[in-house]
Amino acid sequence: MATAMAPDGPRTLNGSPARRTREALIGRAFFVAALVSVIITVFIIFTVLEQAVEFVLSVDLSQLVAQGWFPRRGMFDIATLVIGTLMVTAIAMLIAGPIGLLSAIYLAEYASARIRGIVKPILEILAGIPSVVLGFFALTFINPNVVQALVPGAKGFNLAAAAIAVGILTIPLVATISEDSMKAVPLALREASYGLGARRVTTATRVVVPAAVSGIVAAIILGISRAVGETMVVAIAAGASGGSLRSVNPFEPGQTMTAAMAALATGSDQVAGDTSAFKSLFFIGLLLFVITLVLNMVGDAFVRRVRRAY
Amino acid sequence: MIEDARTPKGDPVTTDTQTPATREVRIGADAIEAGANRAIVEDMAALPSAVSLRDVNLYYGSFRAVRDVTIDIPKNRITAIIGPSGCGKSTLIRSINRMNDLIPSARVEGEMLFQGENVYADYVDPVEVRRRIGMVFQKPNPFPKSIHDNIAFGPRVNGARGNLDNLVESCLRRAAIWDEVKDKLGESGLALSGGQQQRLCIARAIATEPDMILMDEPCSSLDPRSTLQIEELMAELKEKYTIVIVTHNMQQAARASDFTVFLNMDDDRAGYVVEQGPTAQIFTNPTNQMTEDYVSGRFG
Amino acid sequence: MASSSTSVTTVAVRRTLAGHGPDWRGIVFGLLLLGSLVATLGILVTLLADQLVRGIPVYQERGLDFLTSRLSSNPATAGIGQGIVGSIIMGILVAILCFPLGILTAVYLEEYAPDNRVTRFINVNIRNLAGVPSIVYGLLGLTVFVAFFAFLGFPNNGRNIIAGALTLTALILPIVIITSAEALRAVPRSLREGGYGVGASRWQVTRKLVLPAARSGILTGTILALARALGETAPLLLAGAILGTFSSPGGLESILTGPYTVLPMTVYDWSRKPQEEFRELTSAAIIALLLITVSFNALAVLLRNRYQKQ
Repeated sequence: MATAMAPDGPRTLNGSPARRTREALIGRAFFVAALVSVIITVFIIFTVLEQAVEFVLSVDLSQLVAQGWFPRRGMFDIATLVIGTLMVTAIAMLIAGPIGLLSAIYLAEYASARIRGIVKPILEILAGIPSVVLGFFALTFINPNVVQALVPGAKGFNLAAAAIAVGILTIPLVATISEDSMKAVPLALREASYGLGARRVTTATRVVVPAAVSGIVAAIILGISRAVGETMVVAIAAGASGGSLRSVNPFEPGQTMTAAMAALATGSDQVAGDTSAFKSLFFIGLLLFVITLVLNMVGDAFVRRVRRAY
Repeated sequence: MIEDARTPKGDPVTTDTQTPATREVRIGADAIEAGANRAIVEDMAALPSAVSLRDVNLYYGSFRAVRDVTIDIPKNRITAIIGPSGCGKSTLIRSINRMNDLIPSARVEGEMLFQGENVYADYVDPVEVRRRIGMVFQKPNPFPKSIHDNIAFGPRVNGARGNLDNLVESCLRRAAIWDEVKDKLGESGLALSGGQQQRLCIARAIATEPDMILMDEPCSSLDPRSTLQIEELMAELKEKYTIVIVTHNMQQAARASDFTVFLNMDDDRAGYVVEQGPTAQIFTNPTNQMTEDYVSGRFG
Repeated sequence: MASSSTSVTTVAVRRTLAGHGPDWRGIVFGLLLLGSLVATLGILVTLLADQLVRGIPVYQERGLDFLTSRLSSNPATAGIGQGIVGSIIMGILVAILCFPLGILTAVYLEEYAPDNRVTRFINVNIRNLAGVPSIVYGLLGLTVFVAFFAFLGFPNNGRNIIAGALTLTALILPIVIITSAEALRAVPRSLREGGYGVGASRWQVTRKLVLPAARSGILTGTILALARALGETAPLLLAGAILGTFSSPGGLESILTGPYTVLPMTVYDWSRKPQEEFRELTSAAIIALLLITVSFNALAVLLRNRYQKQ
């Protein structure tokens, strides 16, 4: 066979230079677009960090361990807010966890296509309800009819009612992620179980759920993160916008980290930026950012484990 | 014999597969009896080569998929690349038109010359390479567009303007599918049958007026009748184009190709060329024992 | 040699195969599952019914007037007109700012980006941003966007609807990127290979083959993200939407640069008012808000179903 021509021959495979430069420019423009998301993170971190540090430097450390959170009076007891957040999150997950998980099991293992076609849109509608709506519902319905019915001494504003509403808000998230991870379990596992004569309940609880446990853990963690970050429900239904004493009673008015931030923002000194009260806004924000960041990274790690397993 | 009608040179390679031993005897006997078919063993050395590979090694990351390949692919002929599953046939063929560039870990060492130019030289635009070297895939993949737009897409992205109806018709005719689709050019390409879709993809591949067409097991998802149609098509197409076909169907290689490259792999799973040569020779009188074992079905 | 206690009679075999009586565990479990679904459904129905009961009388009494009136401290004349106008403009601005940026970033990440550390970092960063509580984005909005406009001398201390739109854009950008990237990933590789095979460049393959194929998924994701943005309150509390009454002279410039509010903010505002009359106004406003968000969600679900049928 004739051998190939010498490499110094004519160059015909170079294509059109105009096309190549255009492609390169487009690629670079996209890269810049993608960097915007990084820039946003940088901005968040820097702005929050700067003011948060200023706050910490400007207050006396004793103010951080006070009787309660009363920013306008100079009392910045962080523990109050953290306890409030914990209480709301705990009660919320007591609702969202079981209901979300059980709904997911039903959808993944039991439901016919018709029922799934009805229930999934309902979950999506629930997920799309703005939090102010749920906050108002907590204040005007859940509180009088549920909380005060069960606990006669509860006040008109309390954390428990807010927490129940936050739980309701979180159900779709927990249900969706759990269901996705259960659906990812291969059919072969279920068939093996049924083939051995197991009933549906056994297959669902002893085979599918354990196989999907990474995703379920992810759902719970991400649900917790959502509950921690919820603002408006607590702002409306839990009262205490001026401040609250440190307490572990959920049937009294209280504040979470997020609601405290909202309260600071709507106060009369929102325009003046130099008071300690205002700067505490950033301190809480930083705390919140870090907590949810950690929760989300852990949750995402579990979601990735689900994907890798199958 | 059906074979005669389909191989223009009257190459009497039989495709009968009763038992390996019987077949061997019949091949040999026919070859001797057919006698003066000097076309069986063309003077391949005189043919210009469309693509020359010299010491080509292909890697995915640190895994070597193809080892020390040196072959010449003759112009305007059909070259079949055969070998057992996983020995790197697809990898090899996809490296010719730089489709492997799309895989981030893919790496090429060695020289790959297409009509004299190194396909992997720095100045080369892979987009231009793929215009000049068309590809037909294992599973037909027409675009979710009309039949007309399927054909017109290639020329358009390469700068063609204006009315392309004539080009579309000519490509569909050359792909032997014009009569079946001429009344429904506006319908979706996905509405055709499997065999029709693959012929559509062939028409699509020739629309950019390439010099070479690569086919990666184009008939493996088709029924026998469509397979036959495509093999007939290939025989017509080779007048204008160089064709390289990867196939794990040995009978297809034997009846449809002029030149065959046999690839095998060792325990390191790197494919290497065992033997290359005119098809008739590879199948009737291979020089390598492994080749003979493979073509007679003893392994693979 | 077989012991008589395990003699294989047909009766014994039949009993083993048919089980030992009703499957109590399974029944209880099934009831639990059904119960959680019913609970979810019941909560949703209760919520909607509650708001409808409270709020519809307002529409019956005041009808269109309620939709067009501005905010006022007098419940008899207060209306959601300003909130609706604000939400519409906000929606348009957010769509313009967020969708191109988000979709192009997704295109970069899925079609262009090499698999290296920078790309992985961007991906991780976006996932983390998606989990940051919305009120933290309010901090970003306040210190970056509002401050930017204030610095340039805009009226109202920089608290205008553009700054608010930028804040909400930052909030939903990660969601748009993630859902668009998923839609792009769902496009089969064979389509791209066909395009590259005829000598199309990467941008040509992306624009003419991949994006059209991913169109439905991208659309669904962006509509859902927009619905979320329209329901948000917390970030705007910080980034400048007005609580309480205000008036603006009208005209495009004052709308874009002057004080503004959005519908969920109106809901929040009214929910804090002690007067009983404002309770029903709040419910009426909630009905309007739910109509908007639910119809967006329904539109997205319809689009997705149509896409899946194809």
